[in-house]
This record gives sequence, structure tokens and C-alpha cells, in this order.
Amino acid sequence: MGLGVAELRQAAWYPVASSDDLPFRHVYHGQLLGQELAIWRADDGNVNVWENRCLHRGVRLSIGINDGAELKCQYHGWRYANRTAGCTYIPAHPADAPARRITNRTYPVKERFGLVWAALSPEAPEPELAEAGFALRPMPVNALPEMVLTALMRRRLAGGAVTALPPLGAALVLEGTPGRASYFVQPVDSARAVIRGVVDTEPDLETLLAFNAALSALRDEVEVEARAIELPEPIVPRYEPVSVELATMPDLVIGRQATVRVKVKRRWQAALDVTGIELVPLSGHLPTFQPGAHIDLHLSNGMVRQYSITNGPGELLSYTIAVKREADSRGGSAAITDTLREGDVLAVSEPRNNFPLRRDALRTTFIAGGIGLTPLLSMARALQRQGLAFDFHAFARSEGHLPLGPELEALGGGVTRHFGLGPAETAAQIRHALGPHSFSRHAYICGPGPMLELARGLATELGWPDEAVHYEYFKNTHEIDTSSSFVVELARSALSLAVPAGKSILEVMREAGIDAPSSCEQGACGTCLTRVLEGEIDHQDVYLNATEQASGNVMMTCVSRAKSARLVLDI
Amino acid sequence: MAYTKPIAPALRDLWHVIAASQEVPMGGKRITTLFDTALTVSRNERLRVARNDDGSLLPVIERYGCIWTSFGSPTADLFPIIEYGESDRRNIIAGSIGVNVSAPRAIENFLDMGHFPYVHTDILGAEPHTEVKEYDVEISFERDEILATRCRFFQPKAALTATEGQDVDYIYRVPHPYCSVLYKSCPADESRLDVIAIFCQPMTEETIRAHLMLSMIDADNTDAGIRRFQQTIFGQDRPILENQYPKKLPLDPRAETPIRADKSAIAYRRWLSQKGVNYGVIPQQLS
Repeated sequence: MGLGVAELRQAAWYPVASSDDLPFRHVYHGQLLGQELAIWRADDGNVNVWENRCLHRGVRLSIGINDGAELKCQYHGWRYANRTAGCTYIPAHPADAPARRITNRTYPVKERFGLVWAALSPEAPEPELAEAGFALRPMPVNALPEMVLTALMRRRLAGGAVTALPPLGAALVLEGTPGRASYFVQPVDSARAVIRGVVDTEPDLETLLAFNAALSALRDEVEVEARAIELPEPIVPRYEPVSVELATMPDLVIGRQATVRVKVKRRWQAALDVTGIELVPLSGHLPTFQPGAHIDLHLSNGMVRQYSITNGPGELLSYTIAVKREADSRGGSAAITDTLREGDVLAVSEPRNNFPLRRDALRTTFIAGGIGLTPLLSMARALQRQGLAFDFHAFARSEGHLPLGPELEALGGGVTRHFGLGPAETAAQIRHALGPHSFSRHAYICGPGPMLELARGLATELGWPDEAVHYEYFKNTHEIDTSSSFVVELARSALSLAVPAGKSILEVMREAGIDAPSSCEQGACGTCLTRVLEGEIDHQDVYLNATEQASGNVMMTCVSRAKSARLVLDI
Repeated sequence: MAYTKPIAPALRDLWHVIAASQEVPMGGKRITTLFDTALTVSRNERLRVARNDDGSLLPVIERYGCIWTSFGSPTADLFPIIEYGESDRRNIIAGSIGVNVSAPRAIENFLDMGHFPYVHTDILGAEPHTEVKEYDVEISFERDEILATRCRFFQPKAALTATEGQDVDYIYRVPHPYCSVLYKSCPADESRLDVIAIFCQPMTEETIRAHLMLSMIDADNTDAGIRRFQQTIFGQDRPILENQYPKKLPLDPRAETPIRADKSAIAYRRWLSQKGVNYGVIPQQLS
């Protein structure tokens, strides 16, 4: 009889909830064809329909917490972003960016006339749904979905016209109701369904009661019928395995790839010498990012530049970056500020995070110099959303030089602005902002080189341990000494390569066909970080802190070299 | 519905918990379930365990405040908990609690520290102190058990006397597919460890009774106070356990997403796989 489960599963759209089921910050537990769904609305209005299972330990996400931008699992606090369901934070390892692409299963979703629609297959074609309408009270029925549809047809007003609404629905006048309505049957499971009726305009209470009475009578009739037959077993839900890479290997990041296409939606003067740029995807949404992450921007002149994403959590309809026009620009920032126009299409990399934010501090202090506030702004927004304590010190030459002032303003009372200070006053303010180190405090610093050096020095003086001071340089201003020549052995690839003077390890590996990840290629961003198994390293980067450099077991292959004749790398 | 698939030899010849001793007093009788099989436990001149279907008698022992039986021929005694015999300890069964989950899911939760700030908020952990620090795990072939050592977790108020937070040390043992024992810094005596054990009774593949056993150095609190505390903790775990899907523990490494903090769980899943445990788990599909 009727449609088989396999056919029902075809890429078809079904209503899975009423819009009323999604009040502010709620997570609704839905079900379609045996598959449990976690359905929630973010504060930006977007409705998410996800598999109802955190892929860490299988706990239902419908008991999780909707914070308006992300869904937080109740069990271990893993956070998943609005729209992508990409994991943005794993609290058990606060110092690490979730290095592997952990993403929960999502389903395509539409919201129309007070109903939320979803399809189990990502290939589901766009549904043809009317724009307007009013959803009636849903009527759950314990019976086979096909029996419910048959009963709807049977109980229609004699002689009335019927329009089929595939895969499981019909527009008709039901006996005892005042008029025509569209009835969609949601196949919850093999023997459970919900009738979701839609009328053209909002009816009065009496009419609503009449519809409800008619649907209740229909339910009673069908449930009696269903009790008389042997009902099929519930559908066994599919639990798809996570990808092999996720279960066994670290992310395969390859070279300097620009796999994402974006369009410049808006550019504006974000401060004197600073251009704000909002990048939107050509369709859908952008990939998940974590606070502190950057993207590579591939420019029309062939240059590649890194810019921090300034967005708050769960904001994936656009990325906002800020570009300072450097007086001594080698063509990167000038190409952007002088020639980039609204509507231009650009190639960018997926977001990478080499500047991860710990969220296990009792208090976090941000120290930003000028354009250096961009990654810190994204971090502070994440902490603000979670209600974690922070203070934010923004230094700039003048108020006019402070980028993204309104965004900073929105962070509230934790923000202090410092304008036009000389070196001595700046030092005094930073010293005051840091104070002596105490338990569970962390500092994040980003700004021009001299200021960064100053802040790091002060932190050390004040007793801050290396692991509590996190920083990101815009660029490596050190002169790179490439005069040495040595041999690198790649332990896992079983290759031995000679690195001559004038070439970096990264370049030599590329020539030998080893595709290694990189981004800034000047020892500042941290993307090419590599484990060293043997040999003495000549560190020339500004990414690793003194403790990490002294450990002798990690290096940046884009600028650092060997002091010994031979280095063994874990590649 | 009766269970039709035969249980693995690794399970059949083991002792399994079926009741707390206090549930079957002298002259008392209790009907319970183990591996989908109804059993009657009775205590008159001696303790007896009989199958309800054919009346046949099963072997029985009493250890650690609980009654244990087996469907096979257990070749060894139950795993040792040496501390239980120390004369100054308080040995308490803090509860026998039914949970709609498989036994291995409950064991894995018992081994897990990462959930303390989220599930046992302000008792065993508190945000933002969420880090699971590196610890060591080994599978001891000699003793056939899993041992996790050097486990530490930050607790805001580790003891009634504590005024500020500190790291609390834990050692975990898994000496039985459905039992785990944890050793925790003892606030009353720094040189000794309190013992908390969970003995899971697999009634069906997806329902258990969890028997909680404590062996404490504690002269101050009443039995009722200690029980209430332990039941509060378990009462917080229970809704999480009952919302895990699938309810059976998947042994395929690709079924879920482990992280470094889950080292002990990874070892536990591998150990169950190697033993061929086939009840309460989704075995790894060999391709």
C-alpha cells in the first residue's frame, strides 16, 4: 500500500515544525522518517535543522543550549555555529583550535507560512511553496502516514475538488470545516505522522476550533484503523560515520589554496587609513571560523595577504575585515584600498586559526594597537556572547585612527580607549592593564611590532608566564638570514633534501612535490608549523614564543633554518 | 522480548552484579533481570539465584556489598578492590539506580572528566575551568584491565574545608567490561584515597541498574549524607545518559569523534572490541 519508506526518503520536502515551536533561544526536538532533528532559530532569524546528535558522544542536541549564535552541547560544552554546524570550540582543550573539521549533519531548510520545512537529502530540489498562508494547529496521529493521507481524502466534502500536494498532502475541503485548506502529512516514523494544515488567511477562533475538531475526529478514526493492523517496525535511524580524516588523521591542509569565492558587498572608511570590507559568499553561507582566525586574500596583482575575521560567533553570511593602507605598501594593502570596488569577486582561503582563544580564563585582557584590534574584536565578541569576563584596551594615534569604533562600542563597559600616547605613557597603561599575573588570567596582544615587543616585555616583568601571553604579529620585520645550507630529512615521507642558501625549507619541499600548508610565508601567521624530531633549529619567526622556541621541537619552515648540518622533520 | 543472540564467552564466564546485598535481606526475595533473563534472588538458609524460565540454579557470590552471578563457569574470583577490606573505611552502597542506557555508555561516562563543569556544575567542576590535562592510559594485559593515571581536574570546591579551587587527582580502573573503580584524593587523609565504584547490571542491551559503591575515609558525614551526595551526582549524569544515541556503545572508531581527553574511552572501546564483547555495544563492522 502507498509509498514505501525508501521512496518517501527520496529528496522530498516535508514540514517538520511550526514556527511557533521555535520561541526565543529554544531548541525543538523534531523527527522526520525516523531521523531525530534538533531545530533552533538563531537571533539573526535563521532556522537550523540538524541531526539531533552531537557527534562527539551522541548526546541529543535538543537538550543543548541555544545562545542565539551557537548551539552548545549539554555534555561537554562543544559549540556549533549557526548555519554551518561547524564546531568552533572544544572546552576540554582550551588552548587548541578544533584542528579538524568537526561538523554536525545539517539538513536543508525553508520557512513558509508558519511552518518549517526540511528535506533529508542535501540534493533535495527547491520546493515549490506558496509564500503566504496560516498554519493550523498540528495534529499528531499514531498511524502510517499513507493511512492518514487516505483518510483525509476519504473525509473530504462530497464532490469537492482535490489538488494533490506531493509527496504526502492534498488541498481539499474536509468534512466539518468551513473551507478549503492544504493538508501536509509529516511522516515522523513508519507508524507516526503529523497533519499540518494551512489556510490562506488567519481565521477567527471559531473557525480554528472547527478545523481542530474535524482533524481530531479524523485522528480518532485513523488510530482505530491502525490498531487493527500490524504496524511496521520503527525506521532504524541512519548514523553516518564521521569522515576517515576526522577519526584518524589531522586535517589535510594543502598549500596556499583559495577555495572560497566571495564578493565585496560593501567597503567603507573604517578609520583614517583603514578600509572596512564586507565579503559575502556567491551563494549560501561562508565556512565556519573561530575567533582569532584569518583568511588569505588573493589579489588581482598575484599577491596574497592575510586578514583577520572580525565577526562575532555564528555570523556566517559575510566576513568583515579591515585593511590598513601601509605607507610603505609593497602592493598588497594599496591594491585593496586603491582598486578594490564593491561587487568585485575575490578568491580567499578557508579560515585558518593560528591564534586560538582560550575560554577557560577567569579574566582575559586584550591589548590592541591600531589595526591589531581586528582578531581581538572577534575574540572579545565570543567572550561577550558567553558572558566571560574580559577587558579590552585599544590604543590608537587619535580617535580618528581607531578602526571599527562602533563595533568596539558594542562590546560595552570592558573597553578602554587610549589615544595619542607616547611610548612612556603607553608602557604605563599596558603595565596597568596587565597588572601582576594571577591564577587563570590570559592576555592577547596584537599590534605593531614595537608595541608588541613592549607589551611582551612588560608581561614578563610582571611575572606573566609565556603560556598566558598570546600574541600575533602582522608581519615579521626581522631581516631573514638565508645564508646557511643544510639537509632536511622528512621522517614520514622518507625523503632527504638539501636546502641551499637563499631558499627556504618550504620552497625546497614544494620543489620536491611535498605540498605543505602555508599562509603568510614570513614567519608570522603560524600556518606552516612543523614538528622537529632532531637537529638544532635557527628560529627566525615571530610566531613561536621563547618557551616554544627553546623546546627545540617545533619550527616554522617558511623562514626558520638549521644551525646543525641536518634537521629531521615530522613530515 | 527474549534475547536471542548468545552472549560472548568473555561475558558468559564473568561474574555480573544482580542486586545490592541490602536489597535481599534475610528471608527476602527479589526478581530481577540479567542479559534479558528473569532471575529470582532469595536469601533463607543461604543465598540462591535461580532462572525464572527453567528454575535452574546459578552460581552466586557476595562481594563489595553486592550479589553477583554468572551464566557460565567463572574461573576466577571477582576483580580485587583491596581498600574495601581496610578496617577504618566506611563501605556504603549509595544506590541501585535504573537507567535507560547500555552498560558501556554508563562506564564511559564514569571515566569522563570533560563533562564535570557542564553536568556537575559547581560540584565536580565549574566553567571556565574546563581543561582536561594530559593523563596516561594503559591496558594491562597481565591484570586484563584498563588503568588511567595522572588524571587531574580543577574543582572549585574540592572538599567541604576547601576555600579555593584546586586540582583533584583521580585514578580510574576498568577491571570488568561493565564495572569501573575510581580512586580520588581523600580530603580527610592526604596519604590515602577514597574509592568510588560503579557496577552496572546489564538488564537488557539498552537498560541497566547501576550499583554505586563507596569506600571512604570519612568520620564526619552520615551515611545518608554520603548517599545523598552520590545520588545527586548520578542524578545529574542520568538525563545525559538517557539522551545518548545510539544507546549502545559504537565500537567503530568512525562512529563518533574522540579527542585527546577521551584517551581512556578510546582504550575502553578497543579493549571491548578485542574481548569480543557483543552486548550493549554496536560491534565494529569488519570490512
